[in-house]
Amino acid sequence: MTGKPRRAAATGPRGQGEGAAPTGKPRRVVVTSPRTAAARRPRHPLTREIDEQTRLGEVYMGSLVRTQFRLALFVCSLLACVVGGLPLLFLLAPELRAAELFGLPLPWVVLAGLIYPALVVGAWLYVRQAERNERDFADLVERR
Amino acid sequence: MSQIAAVVLVMLATVLVGAFGIRVSRTTSDFYVASRTVSPLWNASAIGGEYLSAASFLGIAGLILTFGADMLWLPVGWTGGYLVLLVLVSAPLRRSGAYTLPDFAEARLESMAVRRLSSVLVVLIGWLYLMPQFQSAGLVFRTITGAPPWTGSLLVAVVVAINVLSGGMRSITFVQAFQYWLKLTALAVPLAFMLVAWWSDGRPGLTLGDEWVLPLHGRDHPLYETYSLILATFLGTMGLPHVLVRFYTNPDGRAARRTTLVVLTLLGAFYLMPAVYGYLGHVYGMPESDTVVIALPGRLVGGPVGEFLTALVTAGAFAAFLSTSSGLTVSVAGVIAQDILRGGVRAFRVATVLAVLVPFALAGVARSLPVATVVGLAFAVAASSFCPLLVLGIWWRRLTTAGAMAGLLAGGGLACAAVVITIIGGPHTGWAGSLLAEPAAWTVPVSFTVMVVVSLLTPSRVPRGVARTMVRLHTPETLNVDRGDWRPRFM
Repeated sequence: MTGKPRRAAATGPRGQGEGAAPTGKPRRVVVTSPRTAAARRPRHPLTREIDEQTRLGEVYMGSLVRTQFRLALFVCSLLACVVGGLPLLFLLAPELRAAELFGLPLPWVVLAGLIYPALVVGAWLYVRQAERNERDFADLVERR
Repeated sequence: MSQIAAVVLVMLATVLVGAFGIRVSRTTSDFYVASRTVSPLWNASAIGGEYLSAASFLGIAGLILTFGADMLWLPVGWTGGYLVLLVLVSAPLRRSGAYTLPDFAEARLESMAVRRLSSVLVVLIGWLYLMPQFQSAGLVFRTITGAPPWTGSLLVAVVVAINVLSGGMRSITFVQAFQYWLKLTALAVPLAFMLVAWWSDGRPGLTLGDEWVLPLHGRDHPLYETYSLILATFLGTMGLPHVLVRFYTNPDGRAARRTTLVVLTLLGAFYLMPAVYGYLGHVYGMPESDTVVIALPGRLVGGPVGEFLTALVTAGAFAAFLSTSSGLTVSVAGVIAQDILRGGVRAFRVATVLAVLVPFALAGVARSLPVATVVGLAFAVAASSFCPLLVLGIWWRRLTTAGAMAGLLAGGGLACAAVVITIIGGPHTGWAGSLLAEPAAWTVPVSFTVMVVVSLLTPSRVPRGVARTMVRLHTPETLNVDRGDWRPRFM
């Protein structure tokens, strides 16, 4: 990424052990490896790629939007299955309409009770995951 | 007598707090800055306070009593709508910096034409939402005093106008937050007493084979109407003008999400109760009407305690009329003043009078439908116009100005037409009646389809700044990136 390859010193920050081999025979040393951390560093932060709307910046933005959209779509599909499925269930299995749970009619227990905590739990899980996605994106863009 | 005292008390408190509010907060930007210290719980309570209208407080129980189990979907949708709003809209909308729906349209599509069309739709949805609030204020006022319905409507309309003109209400998150807890208490305390009374009555249940309790029953095309209701309520919530403004008071997108989560919890807690009112109303053979919530505590408890409880629910009902109507009036008046008149304080005053007068007049002439039915229609219009605009605007880069215009016109236009035909010409019977009374199941797909197809046909009309807008909508605020320089125009 930095363009010019560096002719780096044989010993990098973590390469002290290599030169001091006890055999006395000179060893072949891979010179590129100790500097990889430096070489990987981009010339400027990724936020600038995003600001300048380069191809790379667009790719990063696209990945964030796609990740969040997939999450949103997953939650919406789940919601559609539950909410859209219930009337269908009552239509196809008429005995469920009159069934009882805790001494109350089943449709009432579900629609006037259980569905509300389920919505809240779904929302809570979504918020957690969406915030995690954003943190991951921020880490990716700001990494050193 | 105690009921009238309760109504007077709520009205006076509203006007006084509104007047006091002028000193606390003078301009929109004060409101904006002050709001930075508001926590998600306060913000969510404020959204709940503004959102829970007469339709929620009185209407749901009335419809459940009338139609039975299918109407349980109404509160489910009015809560679940916030889940859809949370996952698709909340954080990006806050990050857009838009203060109103027309602001969002302008920011995203960079077009004044789309902005103006959005303004017209906001005004129409606002009026459609306000009209039944005034109607049921009249109904409740007649129940407690025997006065003709228009007096109650007029009373609420005047208090709302004074309140908005004095600049109160909207500016104080605290007032709206308080309204939520008042409404919750006003429904919960009588309910607790009634359940005790019901228990000591030997827990009377339904007679065997009572079809009222079964879902998919009692209307012409119950399956279609149920699905249409689900679609309208789940997708319409995000397009309500008075809800959206409150999202602006969150400091950032992350807080907007957390606020929505708390809103969902608060609404879920509230909406557990109307179904029980409806159920008890049916068990005790109450007449099918929007006033069942008011009448039930007196019927079950009786004596001075019953009278006190009736006064409490009446106060809650008037709190519902006033808070929702004030919120809607501010939103509608703001849009009229800014986008239709030419802005400024004078224009805002004229706009406020217009915003209240038109729905008040409509309330007098329109056919009296159950309050929750008409509010449901307002949701259908919102779901067929602003829902596609927001969802596609936030997630789809290729949305074009022409596509947005066409979709808003087609979806919003068809839904509005169905509403007008239902309210003025109805009730219609058979399939036509069902399609017109619950239009969302066909108008929402039409709107999405038109928006997408026209956008694909006009690729040259993609807004130029769309990439920058996407950065603004989706990147977390902690990142230091260029988000463009668009700002909403405050009056």
